[in-house]
Amino acid sequence: MSFRGKDVLCIMDFTRNDLERLFRIASSKFEGDELRGRVIAMAFFEPSTRTRLSFETATLRLGGGYIGFDAVQATSVAKGESFSDTIRMLDAYADAIVVRHSLEGAAKLAAELADSPVINAGDGSKRHPTQAMIDLYTIWKEMRGIDNLTYGVLGDLRYGRAAGSFLRALNIYSPKKVYLIAPESLRPREELLDSLKMSWEFADLSEVLPELDVLYVTRIQKERFPDPAEYERVKGSYRIDASLLRDAKSSMIILHPLPRVDEIALDVDNTPHALYFKQAANGIPLRMALLREVVP
Amino acid sequence: MNAEDKLVVRRISNGTVIDHIPAGRALRVLGILGITGDEGYTVALVMNVHSGKLGKKDIVKVEGRELSKEEVDKIALVAPTATINIVRDYEVVEKRRVELPGMIEGIVRCVNPKCVTNAPREAAKPRFRVISREPLKLVCEYCSEYLSEDEIIAQLAGS
Repeated sequence: MSFRGKDVLCIMDFTRNDLERLFRIASSKFEGDELRGRVIAMAFFEPSTRTRLSFETATLRLGGGYIGFDAVQATSVAKGESFSDTIRMLDAYADAIVVRHSLEGAAKLAAELADSPVINAGDGSKRHPTQAMIDLYTIWKEMRGIDNLTYGVLGDLRYGRAAGSFLRALNIYSPKKVYLIAPESLRPREELLDSLKMSWEFADLSEVLPELDVLYVTRIQKERFPDPAEYERVKGSYRIDASLLRDAKSSMIILHPLPRVDEIALDVDNTPHALYFKQAANGIPLRMALLREVVP
Repeated sequence: MNAEDKLVVRRISNGTVIDHIPAGRALRVLGILGITGDEGYTVALVMNVHSGKLGKKDIVKVEGRELSKEEVDKIALVAPTATINIVRDYEVVEKRRVELPGMIEGIVRCVNPKCVTNAPREAAKPRFRVISREPLKLVCEYCSEYLSEDEIIAQLAGS
């Protein structure tokens, strides 16, 4: 199926075949100027480093240009302009719109308003499809496949959009088992759990660590917590360090969508388990592949 | 309707009879229609009467008021078994079943405060997919949050 002109709103809108095609393009080390003469709007209504810079880099590497903002203070939104009006304007200026917003469903609304394809770069606390693509791509490359592996997904599975998107993404494949490792207050929402067709269960890290092929760690995000006291209570309880990893399989990889705070100790970085910087680097070829396929 | 019911509720000349309301929900139906009693309509309400189809049911009769399509759609959310009879000059001139559509637009709000449909001045109208009819459960098309039957009833009765 062609992605040309298609919106990228939720990872579950993609099939295995769609994703494998992207992964093959991303891994082919292609260069090109497919975006020459094209302008991509980077509409970051919420701060971002990696996602914005990697979309910008991917655009430049394909010969395209970009416009946009990464702080609403510098735009008419600060004067009271609505999100909808801003999107309508960007739709007239650009060939595709990359959107990040704190409200859930903002990317879908943008897609309804814009003729140009909209790429969701994270909206609210549930969806971040291109991060999920990068996560899967990293596993696909490193483990030579995504099916039949045992996964541990650790951290904030309720307010973290990367973890939620990763779980939705695994759902497209056939993992052997997925362990959800999170404090009770940060377990996934009912509607996410209901949508999971794969075999999953809640678990403690120490019990399941020896079984894991992939450990996906996420930050416990302070800004997503309704109650700061609750954040202080749980933040230290899910921390990975090198001594803990003695019980892990030697082939186990650790992924993290970054930024990390203190959930992965620095002494893990030099172990063969640490794949998170490679994962971040994979953001460029994957987003290049996606832009190449999507932008008309 | 059996003879006993007829004794309780007299026929109306012009207006609407909402029959086959699930037992105990007549007050919610009145709430949805915004009928408090102050409007001056003659209203008859029968609760928990025998029904061949439902076991027990409620009936609401409103003299002098016909329902709009939007009102019928709202009733479908809390009383999906209801039938609507429009009465003119003592005759039932139209009989409608309420129908719960697969998609509900603009009638109820998303309960997620961070959903884009709750943002002021944005172009998103709340839209839900029906994922379960009994008990009623909706899912927001924008943010995937569930909306339960209790929440729907609370919203509609309060609106």
